[in-house]
Amino acid sequence: MSKSNLTRRGLIKTSAIAGAGVALPTIFTASSAAAFTNEPTGGSVTLGFNVPQTGPYADEGADELRAYELAVEHLNGGGDGGMMNTFSSKALQGNGIMGKKVEYVTGDTQTKSDAARASAKSMIEKDSAIMITGGSSSGVAVAVQGLCQEAGVIFMAGLTHSNDTTGKDKKANGFRHFFNAYMSGAALAPVLQSLYGSDRKAYHLTADYTWGWTQEESIVASTESLGWETVNTVKTPLAATDFSSYIAPVLNSGADVLVLNHYGGNMVNSLTNAVQFGLRDKQVNGKNFEIVVPLYSRLMARGAGENVKGIHGSTNWHWSLQDDASKAFVKSFGEKYGFPPSQAAHTCYVQTLLYADAVTRAGSFNPCAVAEALEGFEFDGMGNGKTLYRAEDHQCFKDVLVVRGKENPTSEFDLLEVVEVTPAAQVTYEPDHPMFAGGELGACNPGA
Amino acid sequence: MLGLNKRDFSLLLIVAVLALCAPFILNPFPADSAMAQFNAGYPDLMQRFAIYGIFAIGFNILFGLTGYLSFGHAAFLGVGSYSAVWMFKLLSMNVIPAILLSVVVAGLFSLLIGFISLRRSGIYFSILTLAFAQMSFNLAYSVLTPITNGETGLQLTLDDPRILGVSRTEDGSIPVTNLFGIEMREFTTLNFGNWSFDISAGYYLCAVLMLLSFYIAIRIFRSPFGMMLRAIKSNNTRMTYTGLNARPYALAAFVISGMYAGLAGGLLASMDPLAGAERMQWTASGEVVLMTILGGAGTLIGPVLGAGFIKYFENIFSKINDGVLHSWFSFMPDGIENLMVTLVHPFVGKGWHLTLGLLFMLVVIFLPGGLVEGGQRIARLFRRKKPDDAKKSTQSTPAE
Repeated sequence: MSKSNLTRRGLIKTSAIAGAGVALPTIFTASSAAAFTNEPTGGSVTLGFNVPQTGPYADEGADELRAYELAVEHLNGGGDGGMMNTFSSKALQGNGIMGKKVEYVTGDTQTKSDAARASAKSMIEKDSAIMITGGSSSGVAVAVQGLCQEAGVIFMAGLTHSNDTTGKDKKANGFRHFFNAYMSGAALAPVLQSLYGSDRKAYHLTADYTWGWTQEESIVASTESLGWETVNTVKTPLAATDFSSYIAPVLNSGADVLVLNHYGGNMVNSLTNAVQFGLRDKQVNGKNFEIVVPLYSRLMARGAGENVKGIHGSTNWHWSLQDDASKAFVKSFGEKYGFPPSQAAHTCYVQTLLYADAVTRAGSFNPCAVAEALEGFEFDGMGNGKTLYRAEDHQCFKDVLVVRGKENPTSEFDLLEVVEVTPAAQVTYEPDHPMFAGGELGACNPGA
Repeated sequence: MLGLNKRDFSLLLIVAVLALCAPFILNPFPADSAMAQFNAGYPDLMQRFAIYGIFAIGFNILFGLTGYLSFGHAAFLGVGSYSAVWMFKLLSMNVIPAILLSVVVAGLFSLLIGFISLRRSGIYFSILTLAFAQMSFNLAYSVLTPITNGETGLQLTLDDPRILGVSRTEDGSIPVTNLFGIEMREFTTLNFGNWSFDISAGYYLCAVLMLLSFYIAIRIFRSPFGMMLRAIKSNNTRMTYTGLNARPYALAAFVISGMYAGLAGGLLASMDPLAGAERMQWTASGEVVLMTILGGAGTLIGPVLGAGFIKYFENIFSKINDGVLHSWFSFMPDGIENLMVTLVHPFVGKGWHLTLGLLFMLVVIFLPGGLVEGGQRIARLFRRKKPDDAKKSTQSTPAE
């Protein structure tokens, strides 16, 4: 039925063409002259801001982008300088980075690893970005960090809370200023003990993905060390919007504390469901039923509205802090945009300044020199008190805030109040802690 | 030539020339001009053009020929990526075994899903494939985390065994994917005056495989087997009445297009060794449907054009932010400048979906045959003499 045209001549021709196609690129592979990837040669330097502009974390992404734009303005000498005036290192002069004007490109991660990597790649390959920063999800941050390691540029992580980012997935070219799930657990535990006692039964609802698991693991470990008992841990699908079917069993489990390892829209929905079921008015085992949300943000608190009142959690930074640095940052952010910054905005702003400062101190844009300048760097005046960028895992160690939903908010931004500032020493762990073990920084990669 | 008639051969030749010259064609603007924003000739995007071209060509073999609309093809792409990354982790960083395994695994997986889904046709078939794909996505996202690494995506690490290669290079980093020593990420920039062109090794591997896939697709379209598939699309019941069992043909088409998707997935992982669960999400399956329809379902070149079109929007338009807009309109007086920025703002940057959606609507309403039909109409304007002739060769008449 079918007529085959496979001839010897045809086969040779085809394979010759295919062979030539494969061999073609090798003709051009000459080694390039640059010492490292995207070495800035002109009068400007390009940074890549890779944030979610669409998808579930778009709110955080928009706030991060505002912070980046503010940071660029300050680095180039515009505005009032913000935290550059309070920063303990005085290397930055407001003349860009080492005299080069700071320019930036933006991209949309869509909160998907693939899209985020595509976006970061185009920044590196097309726009010659020397540093990539951003990410509002740990999965994306880990994926982009891996990419930056391969490409030979520095990655300054934005909002990422999973232990893995500086744990088993840590990379020599990646740095994180934000706190992590272990620190949340360590900071919350003593506060929970003083509030609710050491004889409690906890029930966990956990978003079913990497970040949720590391947070559950951290909170279970730190509450059990208080003497709490973990009744049950239940995984909920990330896409879930109605948690009623997960809340109902909590009532009959004999638990008297509900821990919601949820973030963003998930947390808003699960908390709302829990309150609707009247959990907070219940008495179990002769004690008031309590709800804990280990990772809090102002944007989430706004989403959950009334329901957050009196609920405890931890956060990296809050705009109501009264130190000079925080006040300076809130002032310049507020003047530019008309409302206070979120914790995501804060960490992104700080990361940008820290990078610029490290380049200036190192005297080079070479990622290896920058990494060396950041490793073991101690600084102050960035809103978190004394902070250390630990060399072993590129994680920042600083005070962690324990916050509570405010009973009588005075404005739509004034939703959380700081209950306690847990000192850095209390949330510090060994680099080879079991929750962080298994990864390796590897060697710094300057690319090219 | 190559068992093709003259017209098909010249089409293949055109595609080959376009693919090989892509680094030059896609970078028409000087690197320092304002229009450089619209240059698409950087390695990553060119690779994506070729890879999603393969994906869409394969999807078109199923949808364009048999009319079976699968809403789950992303699952095969994802499975292909995971197999390729596992090959990099366990065997070696050479891309050949990885790509082979991804094609085989995707083929087996599509055999399983196709065998079940093809018991129904029409909307029920679409829903079944959608269900399987969404199931695969959810499994990969959570339950199968030991294999897929869940939300974070499967990545290479320094302590992978890689029995035929090295776990880590001498300077302590993860080795890179290569084809017998040619690194996939290797690229050279050629400068001609202000123009710069990136010649990338990875892109040329993708381009060669895309040409090969395109060639196979032409052969399938022109073969008796392809005729059988068209018969399924035009009237399945009549096929059955004439005593032919159509299901093996449909299943074969399903598996072939699944293998194309697996190849695309394996290539994605070869260019960038990471496999994320989002690759299997239903939006990714929907994307390939859009690509095929936008370009022209049932035509040979259409899906490739559609794939390029969508990827261009995703990567170029999404990066136009307000700063860029202000620099475009900076020659205007301040008030008008701000007004223009406000007007254009919703359509670029994070609004790229909106622009794409509008264009998709325009294409579907005014050019039901996709971009290919648009091309044909333009060609007909210039070549009034034999309008029917051109139509016959590249466009198959839709059945419904």
